[in-house]
Amino acid sequence: MTAAVSLEDLLRELAPQALGALIRRYGDFADAEDAVQEALIAAATTWPADGRPDNPLGWLIRVASRRLANAYRSDDARRRREVLAASWSAASPDPPSGRDDTLILMFMCCHPSLTPALAIPLTLRAVGGLTTREIAAAFLVPEATMGQRISRAKAKIKASGERFALPSPDQRPERLRLVLHVLYLLFNEGYTSSSGPDLARADLSGEAIRLARAARAAMPEDPEVAGLLALMLLTDARRPARSGAGGELIPLAEQDRSRWDRRLIREGTGLITGALRQGNVGEYQVQAAIAALHDQAGRHADTDWPRILALYARLESMTGNPMVRLNRAVAAAMTSGPQAGLALLDGLGERLGDHHRLHSVRAHLLEQAGDRDRAIAEFRAAAARTTNLREQQYLTTQAARLAAGPDRRASSQPATPPP
Amino acid sequence: MRFMLLQNYGQVESDCAPMSEWSPEDIKAHIEFQQALNAELAELGELVDAQGLAGPELAKFVVSDGIGAPVITDGPYPEAKELLAGYRLVDVESAERAIEIAARASAAPGQNGLPIRQPIEVREVLSAPDPEL
Repeated sequence: MTAAVSLEDLLRELAPQALGALIRRYGDFADAEDAVQEALIAAATTWPADGRPDNPLGWLIRVASRRLANAYRSDDARRRREVLAASWSAASPDPPSGRDDTLILMFMCCHPSLTPALAIPLTLRAVGGLTTREIAAAFLVPEATMGQRISRAKAKIKASGERFALPSPDQRPERLRLVLHVLYLLFNEGYTSSSGPDLARADLSGEAIRLARAARAAMPEDPEVAGLLALMLLTDARRPARSGAGGELIPLAEQDRSRWDRRLIREGTGLITGALRQGNVGEYQVQAAIAALHDQAGRHADTDWPRILALYARLESMTGNPMVRLNRAVAAAMTSGPQAGLALLDGLGERLGDHHRLHSVRAHLLEQAGDRDRAIAEFRAAAARTTNLREQQYLTTQAARLAAGPDRRASSQPATPPP
Repeated sequence: MRFMLLQNYGQVESDCAPMSEWSPEDIKAHIEFQQALNAELAELGELVDAQGLAGPELAKFVVSDGIGAPVITDGPYPEAKELLAGYRLVDVESAERAIEIAARASAAPGQNGLPIRQPIEVREVLSAPDPEL
């Protein structure tokens, strides 16, 4: 460990290794997790003053073991002695198990008995090494509330009788799907809410990328893990161009592409290219391929819409997700005109319900088709139904722009919905 | 002292049209005003929370007797104007200061930059008993 690694990064990297070592020794995930959390907080407080210990991981394991022993003090003196005795020999963990432990912890935290609202904070704490306070701040809830949510999640895992081991081979694909879904939702949570100067939230998309990198390191052979990481990088690359000075959303068509992060685009493109070559294509790989095509277009007009359209059609047949149809309709409009896009929206309301995204896509396509009055009505309907403040402001402004007159289009390109 | 400053969809005192009929510049000015006011209150240590609510189209009313299935009413509502649109929760030295902030919020710029004159409901939040009592 060099001094160049920040204390925060070091602790977050060591957190799952310390936790894995503790669970291996004492068996209880929930208690061990509490003890490691306390050890992390102790390290963050004392190391800056006392200097970093020579063996930071051993320090964390030793301190967490002592906390665990104290926690057991009241209920079982014998157990406490055992834990305490073991803590003296806990200075050197088995290094090869670190990567596996991270993976096992991911599977545990994204357990099928947990909803994403429970799995996400637990993953951030147990695998990501964040403190309850940091997670609470990121989700804008009181620290006590978040602490209870994490306790409830751990109680559910305990009740399920899950052992600290990798899922059996027959369960593994389904369990991996859950892990990737949780990381994907975490990324989106950060990506859709991190814009704007009024929100000082922890960088949740950055955490999602870090966890996806850890998953990739543990499963370098899995193309869907690579696909998900690529999707995150290729999407995050556009973040600097995605909102204006006041935090307002800037749609893809109007973004200043010189502000996109080339380094992330190169890395993401390399990852997805390698994954697709393996020939086992899943939904995250398809989404990453679409993101890569957008990122490679120097101007919005240069976008390879025919290939994007084909990829959305493939994604829709893979997932059966009606939301994918909305994106396919946008791509169809770009290749064959707005009427082709509008035709794809027919009957979608029965499957999606009165969803704001359906109204906003229809509004954009109606605008392209020159039907201004219906486009205004659809923009207003979308604004009334969205639950995202930035999107509400964007959609209201679009309605206002059209209502103010036909010559006020912000750019010469037909607008596409905010990503 | 904590006060809730509540804004309803109700009729405003000016003859301002709904926001979706304003010009894009007026919308921008209005949003910037709200952000600047929140930033200023945060800077002064007075802002506890500020939230806008999703539209009345998504509102539901739920009534239950605790035994049978709850009765859930969906919109559209004839009384949508009485629904809450958003709020600010402020922690201030005096009731006068809460009223001062409410007055600022009420005069937010609307159509053509003119003050909306939206009524702001100012309600003190009940506090815990004084520990000295």
